[in-house]
Amino acid sequence: MAQSANISSELPVSFTPQQIKQLEHDSRRENRGRSWYKFSRNPMSVVGLVLVVALVLLAIFAPVVTPYPRHAGPFTDFPHAKLVPNLQYLFGTDQIGRDILTRIIFGLRSSLLMGVMVLVIVVPPGVLLGLVAGYFQGTWIDTVIMRITDIFLAVPALILALAIASVLEPNLWNGMIAVSLMWWPWYTRLVYGVASQLRNEYFVTAAEVTGASTAHILFREILPNTVSPILTKMSLDIAWVIIIGAMLSFVGLGVQPPEPSLGTMVSDGARYLPDQWWIAIFPALAIVVVVLGFNLLGDGVRDMFAAEEV
Amino acid sequence: MSVSRFLARRLLHSIFVLLGLSIVIFIIARIMPGDPARMAVGARAPQWVVDRLREQMHLNSPLPVQYFYWLRDALRGDFGMSLVTQRSVTNDIKEFLPASLELVFFAAVLAAVGGIGLGVISARYKDTWIDNVVRIFSYTGVVMPSFVFAIIFVLLFGWMLNWFPVIGRLSEQTAAPPLVTGLMTVDSLIAGRPDAFVDALRHLILPALALAMGSMAQEARITRSSMADNLNKDYIASARALGIPERDVMGRFLLKPSLIPTVSILGLDIAAMLSIAFLVELIFNWPGIARYGMSAMLHKDLNAISAVILVLGVGFILVNIIVDITVARLDPRIRMRAARSE
Repeated sequence: MAQSANISSELPVSFTPQQIKQLEHDSRRENRGRSWYKFSRNPMSVVGLVLVVALVLLAIFAPVVTPYPRHAGPFTDFPHAKLVPNLQYLFGTDQIGRDILTRIIFGLRSSLLMGVMVLVIVVPPGVLLGLVAGYFQGTWIDTVIMRITDIFLAVPALILALAIASVLEPNLWNGMIAVSLMWWPWYTRLVYGVASQLRNEYFVTAAEVTGASTAHILFREILPNTVSPILTKMSLDIAWVIIIGAMLSFVGLGVQPPEPSLGTMVSDGARYLPDQWWIAIFPALAIVVVVLGFNLLGDGVRDMFAAEEV
Repeated sequence: MSVSRFLARRLLHSIFVLLGLSIVIFIIARIMPGDPARMAVGARAPQWVVDRLREQMHLNSPLPVQYFYWLRDALRGDFGMSLVTQRSVTNDIKEFLPASLELVFFAAVLAAVGGIGLGVISARYKDTWIDNVVRIFSYTGVVMPSFVFAIIFVLLFGWMLNWFPVIGRLSEQTAAPPLVTGLMTVDSLIAGRPDAFVDALRHLILPALALAMGSMAQEARITRSSMADNLNKDYIASARALGIPERDVMGRFLLKPSLIPTVSILGLDIAAMLSIAFLVELIFNWPGIARYGMSAMLHKDLNAISAVILVLGVGFILVNIIVDITVARLDPRIRMRAARSE
């Protein structure tokens, strides 16, 4: 707000619509440039971005880039079981002779899908509830929504997700549903905090006195101002959701065999420790790399939206 | 301002949350496909047995009535029978909970001491190689899930170096001390058995460390950044200008307010440890409530699942209350705000 006031004091008083469009376009481009500058100021954020893009590409093109695509399914090759990492099988083979590298790359698919889908499911309702509760702060609507949110936040997400996943049929989609049911309150609480402050700002009051509808105030006045904290939280949350997804499949409540998943590979491999260490260790490291990539990226997104630090 | 009113409000809120949680658990237990009575007696039992059990379990009543009966029993500490162990769930929990509490408690101590210690060192030697090592460590701790730590510890310290045992709570040749608290280390001390104490401690270290790593890393990060922030504040400059010794400036003026965010996050982390313990107990074959809950979940043992979630929920809420009180003690502003909002 303050910025536009500064600019207008130096510029002619009236604009043609084209000029306004041009100005908007320029300022948007300038903002993009500034955002990228803030993001890339920390080289680790760029590393994170590259890592995430590489992982996503690997997951998408898994059937093309992996050495043994058939090993992603119900494939057995007992003569080649439990082979130490070698040139033919870079990460070795598992207890029934499947290439671990291939299965890791295919396993990325369900991990990434989980991370993205949970946020896609969770963010719209979570944000909507937070907006409504924040705008109607102090009314019964606020009380009802935020008390329900409290209940869901009162239990560790993992346990309730495990319980829900165990009651449903264990598979990737039910795992997503279970985690989603536990995740929305974080967005409700986040947006509630922002919205309950914004409702007292002049631009909201101005909209109210000009007779704007509640929907207009919620979605056109308040929502755009909550975007940066939401995006920041999303980018940091993906890593968490992926960890929880890996935990679900680790205990057998996520992706079901023979479909490869990193968590299942770790828990299966753990039985062959210490002699066939590679069966568990490489998938475990893969999880770490995925989480690392999203965390670095998330830190970059946070820097991008953060107010100038002193 | 009154601590008791603050506490009373907090407790009231917790009771409300617990009630809500019990409803959520009840709904989870009831959306499960299949007849709980049929599952309890097995597939081969005759229909009239199932019918009688349905009557006994109030399964023919409307859902709110069922909930009422379930809650009444739960309040009395009666969660029904476990389908897996064929014993009362309450007894099972009494047996398995202490092992988990011991693990989480030990992990919490490790996380607090290690995390704050590393954070203080990191802030003290800010921008030196010591600081960088601590920062790399804390980033590793944040991105590595506890079960990956657990597996690496088993491999490294358990098998390759052979420093610590990796299965269970005691070695086979060590006789268990008589059961008093259920905490193996404490029981050994009560029984005056240093050998059992050392053995129990050696079993405890790896799982507790695996559980603590993430939280320790986060604590170190937060302590460091909050100390670094506060270091630039005017009151530190004025304390220094007054000629107060640097050690006092650091220890008293800087550390206490800097620990406020650390303590809040530590509380959340300890509460989260209750759930992460699920995986760590699995890997170390630790006979705790998480492993019990896990087997209940895999066998769809509803009574046990409900009880485990409820017990952990109570634990979670208790930890949060303790954290709120601690933070309020550290930070006078919070106490004042609570008093003002009355």
